[in-house]
Amino acid sequence: MQSDLITNLYVFILAAFIGFEVIRRVSPLLHTPLMSLTNALDAIAVVGAIILAGEHRSTLSTVLATIAIVAATSNLVGGFIITDRMLKMFKSSRSQKP
Amino acid sequence: MTSVIATHHIIEITYLIAAVLFILSLKWMSSPSTARRGVFAAEAGMLLAVVGTLLYHGIVEYKWIVIALVIGSIIGVPLGEVAMTAVPQRTALSHAFGACCVTLVGTAEFYLRTPNVPRLMMGVLALEVILGSLTFTGSLMAAGKLQEILPQRPITYKGANIVNLSVLAIAVLVAGFLVAHPGNKALFPVIIAVPLLFGVLMIIPIGGADMPTVISLLNSYAGLSAAAMGFVLDSKLLIVAGALDGASGLILSINMSKAMNRSFTNVLFGAFGQEHASAAGAQEARPVHSATAEEAAAILAAANKVVIVPGYGMAVAQAQHKVRELYDALLKRGVDVKFGIHPVAGRMPGHMNVLLAEADIPYDKLLDMDDVNSDFPQTDVALVIGANDVTNPAARTDASSPIFGMPILDVDKARTVMVIKRGMSPGFAGIDNPLYYLDNTLMLFGDAKAFVGAIVRELTGGGHS
Repeated sequence: MQSDLITNLYVFILAAFIGFEVIRRVSPLLHTPLMSLTNALDAIAVVGAIILAGEHRSTLSTVLATIAIVAATSNLVGGFIITDRMLKMFKSSRSQKP
Repeated sequence: MTSVIATHHIIEITYLIAAVLFILSLKWMSSPSTARRGVFAAEAGMLLAVVGTLLYHGIVEYKWIVIALVIGSIIGVPLGEVAMTAVPQRTALSHAFGACCVTLVGTAEFYLRTPNVPRLMMGVLALEVILGSLTFTGSLMAAGKLQEILPQRPITYKGANIVNLSVLAIAVLVAGFLVAHPGNKALFPVIIAVPLLFGVLMIIPIGGADMPTVISLLNSYAGLSAAAMGFVLDSKLLIVAGALDGASGLILSINMSKAMNRSFTNVLFGAFGQEHASAAGAQEARPVHSATAEEAAAILAAANKVVIVPGYGMAVAQAQHKVRELYDALLKRGVDVKFGIHPVAGRMPGHMNVLLAEADIPYDKLLDMDDVNSDFPQTDVALVIGANDVTNPAARTDASSPIFGMPILDVDKARTVMVIKRGMSPGFAGIDNPLYYLDNTLMLFGDAKAFVGAIVRELTGGGHS
């Protein structure tokens, strides 16, 4: 189960390249929602915290992991809500009534 | 036993699908017409991954997980409902939360595993904790400055860079020692505490105008620390999400530093807002042309093509809805109105676009710097609302100016320039703006919201239309 660092490094490098190529194409119009969306994606760290809290290997780890779940979940929920609220506001002139 | 293996595979597959959905969601962010689909894809991926994780056979106790998920959601909803003007500080706060999560998990992992931590793994763990804790306090400081709980003015002192770098060096040295001796429990708190201090020191010398770069940089750090956590937990999904977030923050930081004509290393080492200090001295009382709302309205009404250039001043005055009324009034008179948006206008990347979109201005009227600059020579009126340094022609012409070489919006090439400004005080960077003394520049002194409102009243026939 102990990680194969090199395999993970491959994953990291490839994901970073994909990230660069995909994100370079994001319109500057949407840079604020982009940041709040990637922030919400970052909250996937909640997955690690859930396992840590659930395994209950020591009191310290369970306490720290529980706080970590709170922090990540608030990012996850808040990040998605605000991103969608922002994107809803972007309308083109064609879709607007004069 | 077989069911455990089967569940394990199911979890891994949900993670893989989630990773694909995350990448697709960023791809769909490329255009406003597909962006909401992107959010949906990301939400689906997240839900799948969380549900998959809850199936994990190693979880013996669900109580705390459920409580934490509920509390997190209760905190998260109001954070998603903040006013659009508060988005920069909300973003900084969420960087702090993300970093907090990463640091706590890293700490827990260290105490569970020590002293059986392979050296390489200890290095990654140290990186995770150092990046996480400096991002935590750094982002809290940035949020405090943006919320104006803390002073927005940069606070600099002699030798600040040396102090900061030495503090960081201490953290790196201790981390190096821990890599050699991973069993040293007593030293571990040092690589949390020292970066926490560094995060504070890093943001103290930073002023409001540098916030777009700093927020992007903190975004990148938050992503990288999450990726490091992925290495520690052997979670490829987390590595992918962290790499995507890190790449996104890095691209935005590079964009922002280019837009401010700072080298990227200059930004990385936190040397923000320092070379500006001396420029404010040589101010003579040169004559400017000023105009009233009535005169401004007459000129705008006679124009064919108007470009509005918003800046942070528009956000502070909450003038975006009045700007929308002005846009409508001019459109009704057949004037072609566009918006020219500098990459570092406001307090975070894309800040102005969100405020103007909130005010219902169609996004195809919002042009970025490269697109709008070729338009200025054919523009009748460039109306600058609360922007200063990003319109300063000294950046093009005056090699002695601290902002020389910074790409600007060439508003001075328009036939008439109108600048709405409270008074003649220099901008955030403390640099005098020669734009204000040009013959084709009219200064409109007053509060942005009130002045735009007055122009709108003139255009719509003095009162209710």
